[in-house]
Amino acid sequence: MVESGDPGGLPVFDRGAEWLRGEGAASDVVMSSRVRLARNLAGYPFQTTTTPEQQMEVLQLAHARLMDVSLAESVMWVDLRELSDTERDLLVERQLISRQHARGKVTGQPGSTERPRAVAIGLPDERQSVMVNEEDHLRMQSIRSGLALTEAAAALNAIDDEIEAGLDYAFHPRFGYLTCCPTNVGTGIRFSVMLHLVGLKLTGEIDKVKHAAVDMSLAVRGFHGEGSDAAGDLYQLSNQTTLGKSESVLLHEMERDIVPRVIDYERHARKELMRTRRTWLEDRVHRAHAALRSARLMATSESLDLLGLARLGSSLGLLPDLDPVEVNRLMLAVQPAHLQRAVGRALDQQERRIERATLIRTRLGG
Amino acid sequence: MLCENCGQREATIHEVLIDASNTKREKHLCEVCAAGGGPQEPTPESIPAPVSELIGKFMVGGPTGTGKAPAGMPTCASCGTTYAKFKQSGLLGCPDCYAAFEQRLGPLIERAHEGGSHHVGKIPKRALEDSRGGGRLDAILGDPAERTKRLAELHKALDSAVQGEKYERAAEIKQEIEQLRTLFSEGDA
Repeated sequence: MVESGDPGGLPVFDRGAEWLRGEGAASDVVMSSRVRLARNLAGYPFQTTTTPEQQMEVLQLAHARLMDVSLAESVMWVDLRELSDTERDLLVERQLISRQHARGKVTGQPGSTERPRAVAIGLPDERQSVMVNEEDHLRMQSIRSGLALTEAAAALNAIDDEIEAGLDYAFHPRFGYLTCCPTNVGTGIRFSVMLHLVGLKLTGEIDKVKHAAVDMSLAVRGFHGEGSDAAGDLYQLSNQTTLGKSESVLLHEMERDIVPRVIDYERHARKELMRTRRTWLEDRVHRAHAALRSARLMATSESLDLLGLARLGSSLGLLPDLDPVEVNRLMLAVQPAHLQRAVGRALDQQERRIERATLIRTRLGG
Repeated sequence: MLCENCGQREATIHEVLIDASNTKREKHLCEVCAAGGGPQEPTPESIPAPVSELIGKFMVGGPTGTGKAPAGMPTCASCGTTYAKFKQSGLLGCPDCYAAFEQRLGPLIERAHEGGSHHVGKIPKRALEDSRGGGRLDAILGDPAERTKRLAELHKALDSAVQGEKYERAAEIKQEIEQLRTLFSEGDA
């Protein structure tokens, strides 16, 4: 069931996802900021031991509540059992659901696409969304372009209060908000930023940043979270500690201490490349731009890497005619489900490479 | 294999630690030492193990395969999840598991959260208002002992902020302490 003003499957998502606007603070380095809250309903077991009947009850309770909560101008309720694999992948690519939610999988159990689960999406900007029956009963997120964790956290906090006004959460005086995995217990909050660290990659300093992040108990992941690689030199940085520190302390650690340091480090790397290896850098950027505008076959990872270089070129003023927002949009449009949706049919790998190359050439005026 | 820390009990927990220079080191501990209950290690790790590793170790540690809990392993009365099952998957069965396994889970959670042992921060808004009316504040705020621990947790954070010369954060934590004190005194009233 997809409930929205536009019946007949998933809407086309005419407007690009808000987080791809390429605007906001420090958007030369920070692609997007995301805040996530994990919540479970009191009186129901966690996903690991729920019966299908209980999963249905949670789904219905969440549905009734979420349609009343001001997630956005309008709320689209998507029952994931009723989507095709490609449609579910489309939501993964848009960062609206996790890969394991798409597959109906809870860690340690076999996945089933028939598992009762859904996502509520705030439209038209897709800034706020809530996954229902993922690892926790509710996983809500707020996402913004650029460095904007404070705004995202404030929006999510208000939504959390609204949901809780009509549903009882599982809460413990010592452990706080109870979650299926004890690594999320306490505040249940996760602050993440998606960083474009192409400069540090080119100067060979990226591993230093990764080690420093691990030292500070932060998680570093690729574009699509756990287990994904850093295609396009996009890295997600998130806090791992959720107990013993309040939401505001965790927020400030990320937004005022940690992320600005990484941004400075990346900007310094870019500046150094411009100062000491300008011709080499210009060559890399222009070669990437030329390949994007002329290649006939393009794999996803290659296109993301080239778009990453083009994005760098644009932010350094080396490609003045290139629209950085178009580059951001392409980073989503080249992914398999989006590509198939744009073409309007299922494509095999070779067809996808052809269509991807064509799409990029057309959009970049090749 | 015997635990490399106490040398007495069987090592059931096997960790792989990676330090800043990307060097791997294996640790083989018994459950007691892994939970911090055994003798202190002579060379404490300077780098905290990532949370995923801490939980990951439970997937390789402990009895696996039989699906049966050894004698003395606690079981959650509400959902039937055994502690052995949690050790295998890293996931709990229901909210009551936290209370059922609190004794064993406490030290593990503390290690996974950089020493954080008590929740500080948001409290469900409506639940708090409802419990005020019904006099069930303990269910949300904890008993006096719990409350003291929570305040201690905040004081610990305050000290660390001051030591790190993070004065803006220290001011925020002070404010949180005040708010919590007010809440607690309202609860006592």
